[in-house]
Amino acid sequence: MSAITAMDVNVEAKRILAVSISKLYASRTQRGGLRLHRSLLLSLVMRSARDIYHSSRESEAPIAAAPEEPMDTSSRAEEQTQLPEPESEPQPVANGAEAASEVSDSREEESDGETTEDKENVSPTRQSRKRRGKASAAPDFLPSKRARLEPGEERYAAPLGSCRTMAGESLTTLSLNRVIPAF
Amino acid sequence: MLAGSGGDMQWCFSQVKGAIDDDVAEADIISTVEFNHTGELLATGDKGGRVVIFQQEIENKNYPQLRSEYNVYSTFQSHEPEFDYLKSLEIEEKINKIRWLPQKNAAQFLLSTNDKTIKLWKISERDRRADGYNLKEEDGRYKDPNSITSLRVPVLIPMDLMVEASPRRVFANAHTYHINSVSVNSDHETYLSADDLRINLWNLEITDRSFNIVDIKPANMEELTEVITASEFHPNQCNTFVFSSSKGTIRLCDMRASALCDKHSKLFEEPENPSNRSFFSEIISSISDVKFSHNGQYMMTRDYLSVKIWDLKMENRPVETYQVHEYLRSKLCSLYENDCIFDKFECCWNGNDSVVMTGSYNNFFRMFDREHRRDVTLEASRENSKPLQVLKPRKVCTGGKRKKDEISVDSLDFNKKILHTAWHPLDNIIAVATTNNLYIFQDKLTG
Repeated sequence: MSAITAMDVNVEAKRILAVSISKLYASRTQRGGLRLHRSLLLSLVMRSARDIYHSSRESEAPIAAAPEEPMDTSSRAEEQTQLPEPESEPQPVANGAEAASEVSDSREEESDGETTEDKENVSPTRQSRKRRGKASAAPDFLPSKRARLEPGEERYAAPLGSCRTMAGESLTTLSLNRVIPAF
Repeated sequence: MLAGSGGDMQWCFSQVKGAIDDDVAEADIISTVEFNHTGELLATGDKGGRVVIFQQEIENKNYPQLRSEYNVYSTFQSHEPEFDYLKSLEIEEKINKIRWLPQKNAAQFLLSTNDKTIKLWKISERDRRADGYNLKEEDGRYKDPNSITSLRVPVLIPMDLMVEASPRRVFANAHTYHINSVSVNSDHETYLSADDLRINLWNLEITDRSFNIVDIKPANMEELTEVITASEFHPNQCNTFVFSSSKGTIRLCDMRASALCDKHSKLFEEPENPSNRSFFSEIISSISDVKFSHNGQYMMTRDYLSVKIWDLKMENRPVETYQVHEYLRSKLCSLYENDCIFDKFECCWNGNDSVVMTGSYNNFFRMFDREHRRDVTLEASRENSKPLQVLKPRKVCTGGKRKKDEISVDSLDFNKKILHTAWHPLDNIIAVATTNNLYIFQDKLTG
């Protein structure tokens, strides 16, 4: 592997991540239900791509944020022979069946142990309690999750108690292990 | 009767079964192919839940050298679509595997399975019927008892052969995950069924109970790292079976060691070549099929790009590795996008374990002659379908100048894949399934 820059790797990782996510969504409507083997393989690819994506972004613009993740150097991104451990162990999901549908959920951040708040029914306008860091910026490869507005329409805050937060920007921090507990 | 595979074995077209038109009905997609133990019967299962059994004809008067003519013997609906109300999930009727039982009496038995339920089918012939009932008319209507004045003994008279398939056992509700394998034990009394995380042992007579012999489900599903992809009993050691994983490992287990065989007796694993590492290394190392050799000394595994032969006495690496389509290694990203990288190819041995066969794309299939260190690529296509037409070896051009008759990698049709192949146990007759057609080829007898 020569002459492949961190930039190329980043672009590739981004694309693979986008493709993987769309496959994951598509597999939910597949006849016969979610296939465990396929979901596992998808999550493995996504994890590799996500880690490389983060590593590449690190090497492009190092941020002096709270170091919640191991800082990978750009050279390591190129010769990664092992998958690094996920940076935080997520809480086990009590309601496993919904885990696969929570791909965009921000509940990932509950791993700090706080469960006192009802994070599911949070209004979109509420200040998110996610950790700030390099991962929280919206990845540019994801399609916008918000509905397209017709001319003349206005966006308004959803009332409390409505569907859980659509937080596409936390996609890269989500635990890919969440895919599996759907079973 | 198995001709030696010496020299250049040539293959000829024999038959093709299935619809001709290009518009493939999803239900007609062939999902499994299996010869029985004598090779006289050939069973196929499809996505629509049907099983079609072909029978070998003894002699064809027009083509006496065509010893591989198979005609439809029986067709039946094995599985129907079902709905799991608890999980709100549809259960596909697609037949994942068919395995024949060794023949014990006049009837034939096979196991067929979909994702959740295994069924034992009895296929029996009826060529006689009773005639001359006292109480019934010819058409079955009951006679007026007052009109009966004499008594006679009904006689059995010949009738047109009728082949009946009836479900004798239904083995249900034992698998939470999707069943990928079924294997009959050499004891002819038990069989195993494997899903993504568990393997169960059944007695063929008992449907309401099975024993769990392997369970790799982690306590916390978020820690899941591998699934079971295939499993098979040893051909003559009734206590031994293997199962392969999505991580590219094979575990050999001995049921005498303990009731739950989570702890393997042997672990077969080849260290990964670090220079081949990519995003897709895990996917392509996942084993899609494992098959013991007939003599029980070797096993063969198929992963996305290669076929490996393992000596059961050596765990740290395979004894032989054959590249099926190495030219795809640089295309893995595209194959990931079009989902082809998830295709599960099967593999099979010939009767004397000297040649192995597996499928590829563009309706190509590959044979590796272990004895003579030769390999060949052949194509199953209607263009080469004149009776006894010899198949011309195909070649994929991997780069540089494309020679005449070669096909470039980018011209390969990835929608035409051969996932299922089978080899007659006693003869050089092979069955190769394209998407919805079944091709039968035989070797060209020299001299």
